[in-house]
Amino acid sequence: MKLTSNVSGYSHPAPGTQPDYLYPAYAATRKRAPRHPLTLVPQTLSEIAGPVFGHSDIGENDNDLTCQHECEPLGQRIIVTGQVLDENARPVPNALVEIWQANAAGRYRHNMDDHPAPLDPNFTGCGRLLTSAEGRYRLITVKPGAYPWKNHHNAWRPAHIHFSIFGAGLLTRLVTQMYFPGDPLLTFDPIFNSVPDASARLRLVSSLDWDAAVPGEALGYRFDIVLRGRESTPWRNE
Amino acid sequence: MSLPTTPSQTVGPFFHLGLDPLNQGNLAGLRGTGDVMTIQGRILDGDGEGVSDGLIEIWLADSQGHYSHPEDRGGTTGGEVFRGFGRISTGSSGFFRVAVPKPGPVAGSEGALQAPHVVVTVFARGLLKQLITRIYFPDEAANATDAILSRVPAERRSTLIARRVAGAENLLEWNIILQGDGETVFFDF
Repeated sequence: MKLTSNVSGYSHPAPGTQPDYLYPAYAATRKRAPRHPLTLVPQTLSEIAGPVFGHSDIGENDNDLTCQHECEPLGQRIIVTGQVLDENARPVPNALVEIWQANAAGRYRHNMDDHPAPLDPNFTGCGRLLTSAEGRYRLITVKPGAYPWKNHHNAWRPAHIHFSIFGAGLLTRLVTQMYFPGDPLLTFDPIFNSVPDASARLRLVSSLDWDAAVPGEALGYRFDIVLRGRESTPWRNE
Repeated sequence: MSLPTTPSQTVGPFFHLGLDPLNQGNLAGLRGTGDVMTIQGRILDGDGEGVSDGLIEIWLADSQGHYSHPEDRGGTTGGEVFRGFGRISTGSSGFFRVAVPKPGPVAGSEGALQAPHVVVTVFARGLLKQLITRIYFPDEAANATDAILSRVPAERRSTLIARRVAGAENLLEWNIILQGDGETVFFDF
């Protein structure tokens, strides 16, 4: 006999906290944003569940981007730490976090990146980890450089690290970017500014964290991540 | 206590660097296999141009209709199970291809079953947050009573149902049209 699903659903993000698909200042959205509104449907087991990852998906030193080659990469060494939580402030353990970034000169090790800044033979810019039982993570890397792009005249992306996170279910999936505090380029970046709510936008900016720093070696930055959480009133579909 | 969610941002054009290591386009031959279906297609933009820097993630139940997840009360997790997760980045012209064991019907609401389907999440440069859609299978009687398909306006339902490729057994075609004529139905849950 088949079991029916009887599960509480995930809440919807508050208005303004997520970007819309169409944001014309970010030119690539103009031909890629759907014109139809999304079709609202009930959550089912297919979306409440989601892929489960484990330690076999992670290699040794995957969370330390400074020791993946023979020598250390160029650039300012930094430590990025934080906690992955849900909207109910509950830690998300065993979340798969994947990150990628440009090197200190603002160049990605990617064949489509034609920015004429040097590659660093000692830096790939790819990392991966699982959050701890308390939802915490720690990355060691170098601060990425800003780089130009072709969105508009004299367009430069602020320094950022890409984050991809799998929480407990498909609906908690999040891909985002972490920025650095005080970056003057944030004001001019259409990707950052696509988030309508100003306070929501600021949650993409990490903070300088002396507790995470290693004196004499590396500055620390804190970046907490909040995924969709379960509705407090159980939602039933049977 | 309620915390606001972290905003989504685009994967950008260079996601391969961080996400390709866990790419998996061939889910056949893993445990829980039934009939293997190959599904191929293209991601197209509003001009009908292929999206060659797109990424799709698929999520499906095993041939018995169970997910490898603790909230599937009939499913199992850990050890040698069918994980049900695939990830493919598009090639030139926006082309992608995956091979999956055909999933069984999955638990739905009010004791009903959902028709067999594959959940698809789409990422790309120019998508500020992911899009979620589904692939249903052709000639499947259960499609007529599927609770999610029936919420979709009849004239757009075909965007969610893969088509057989004439002369090729177990080969299906299914395109993702991001914008414009024949635009794929994307869901908000």
